[in-house]
Amino acid sequence: MKRTVRLFAVVACALFAFVFMGAEKPKGEPIRAKIGVISIITGQGAAYGEAITNGIKLARDEVNAKGEVLIDLKVEDSSGKQEQALAAAQKLINSEKVVAIIGPTLSNEMFAAGPEANASGVPIMGTSTTAKGIPQIGKFVFRNALPESQAIPASVGQAVKKYNIRKVALLYGNDDAFTKSGFDTMKEVAGTLKLEILTIQEFQKGQADYKAQLTKIASLKPDAVLCSALYNEGGVILAQARKMGLKVPFVGGNGFNSPKVIEIAKDAAEGLIVATPWFGEKSDPKVMAFVAKYEKAYGKKPDQFAAQAYDAFYIMTNALKAAGTADRAKLRDALAATKNFQGVLGNFSFDAERDVVMAPNVLIVKDGKFTIFN
Amino acid sequence: MFLEQLINGITLGSIYAIVALGYTLVFGVLDIINMAHGEIFMFGAFASLLIVSKAGAPLPVAFLGAIVVTAAMGLLLERFALRPLRSRPGASHLASLISTIGVSILLENVAHKIFGSGNHLFETPFAEISFTIGPVTVYLVQVVILLISLFLMVGLSLWLSRTRAGKALRATAENLETAGLLGVDTNRMITATVVIASAMGGVAGVLVGMAFNYINNQIGLSMGLKGLAIIIFGGMGSVYGAMAGGLILGLSETFVVAYGSSGYRDAIAFVAIIVILLIRPQGLFGQAPAEARR
Repeated sequence: MKRTVRLFAVVACALFAFVFMGAEKPKGEPIRAKIGVISIITGQGAAYGEAITNGIKLARDEVNAKGEVLIDLKVEDSSGKQEQALAAAQKLINSEKVVAIIGPTLSNEMFAAGPEANASGVPIMGTSTTAKGIPQIGKFVFRNALPESQAIPASVGQAVKKYNIRKVALLYGNDDAFTKSGFDTMKEVAGTLKLEILTIQEFQKGQADYKAQLTKIASLKPDAVLCSALYNEGGVILAQARKMGLKVPFVGGNGFNSPKVIEIAKDAAEGLIVATPWFGEKSDPKVMAFVAKYEKAYGKKPDQFAAQAYDAFYIMTNALKAAGTADRAKLRDALAATKNFQGVLGNFSFDAERDVVMAPNVLIVKDGKFTIFN
Repeated sequence: MFLEQLINGITLGSIYAIVALGYTLVFGVLDIINMAHGEIFMFGAFASLLIVSKAGAPLPVAFLGAIVVTAAMGLLLERFALRPLRSRPGASHLASLISTIGVSILLENVAHKIFGSGNHLFETPFAEISFTIGPVTVYLVQVVILLISLFLMVGLSLWLSRTRAGKALRATAENLETAGLLGVDTNRMITATVVIASAMGGVAGVLVGMAFNYINNQIGLSMGLKGLAIIIFGGMGSVYGAMAGGLILGLSETFVVAYGSSGYRDAIAFVAIIVILLIRPQGLFGQAPAEARR
């Protein structure tokens, strides 16, 4: 009896496989898929969301024009809030039935939306979520944002060597997972390089006045300041620091890498050192083409957030092509198998834990622009 | 370092005080908290930014421009968000609180559309002038900010207590109907109050730009909340309370960073406010007429 059941099952499986193979789309027919995007469209941090959605839309237009896959984008606003990011994820997963999600913008938000997508079996990829533990949320959670744990040792290490730094002050935003995790890494790196930490100062997002913290740092006379901030706050910090006479090198985290820092801080940005996956001045034809197209479409240079989002969309659609069908589980497996993808950020692979494998560039601001630091 | 931090604190506190003065004036007369005040203040900052950095005009023009823009916004606010509610019998005075919240959300998003969400550099040669006293560098802007806030405080309290218009305003605050019967044009007085309060917000906007070099479309929210805390702390409707409260908050925030932990900056400042309110529930200068007259 048992044996007949098993035999029957095997036959049924074979039959089903046959039927499904037959149902597979013939070559030439494009794969149609809905991809959800969760980003900050309104409120504090909308500048990041704008860059990200711009990058994604540019990539979508290019991919759709080629015609192998046709992507329908569903963009949802998270306002930078965890609960709204979660609600957006639920809407995309259950009502819009998207095959995958790109976003959300902040690591904080990913810690809310990631588990939901993972539980529903929907691949979700953060393009700017660099905090520790993001891909560890679950096997459907990816990121193509270089984590600070890889970027910061590179920048701090090179700065210490060049300027013979011994004593440092640390300054970071304590209300954001992104800047907090950058700070943790900085502290760790300072420990391994045996740097003396003179003081640790904190600030909050959107603060206008950093003079109290900076006055304290200046009075302790550090050799350098390690600062974990996003560019919006970071630019202001630099300007106020230089104005009050704090002229030592600043080493920034990943969030500092944006032409906007220079736009905001002007001359005060000189000497800022960052490590970054994205460098827009590279002579790589792929990078130059992307910068030109982005500038033409949006009237400004792409920053790291735009570049990462742009690459993320290509990684997603390449995986979709490899999967051959708009199926969530198959897409996940194809995504996880991504190796040596050549994007505008350089050579990109996922490791076994769905985290980033790539080499960062260390840059310094010189004469009003980022140049390679050496 | 102590002197430098003292100057930082006084500068921050003076700006808080001017923002709070705008709140306190409207509350003292109308018994409403104008939640849109912070956003009007932010528009004042942007108006002066455009005048200074885009048109390259000198600073006095920027002040004038900011005052004109914010005064006009105050006029519109009164005309469209407050007066229609006032003339309705039975409308709760919370209704105007809600309508001003609506205006504040509208203004914040309009600013986002026009100016974007990032920080804007506020550059004036005036903000670079500094002199050194002993080991301390003082920027002229910091002195000017303190002077302007003191001037506004004294001017406002003199205007309220010594002039005919001030008397009419106090009468309006005391009792709308009676003041009307006695020949005070109450609508005009109320409009004037909202316009003056908004113009003071405009002045505060320019000062913030000069002091911190940066403005964005969110400063209205953060500064507005501080201003709100200050008027409760200083005593609702009290001009001196707004000033004292502003300075205390600014100084305590700065010194928490200087000698304590910067992570608890806001927390400790607000705990201090709560403690003082527990001891003096009416606020620091709280024999305010707004409370006494009932």
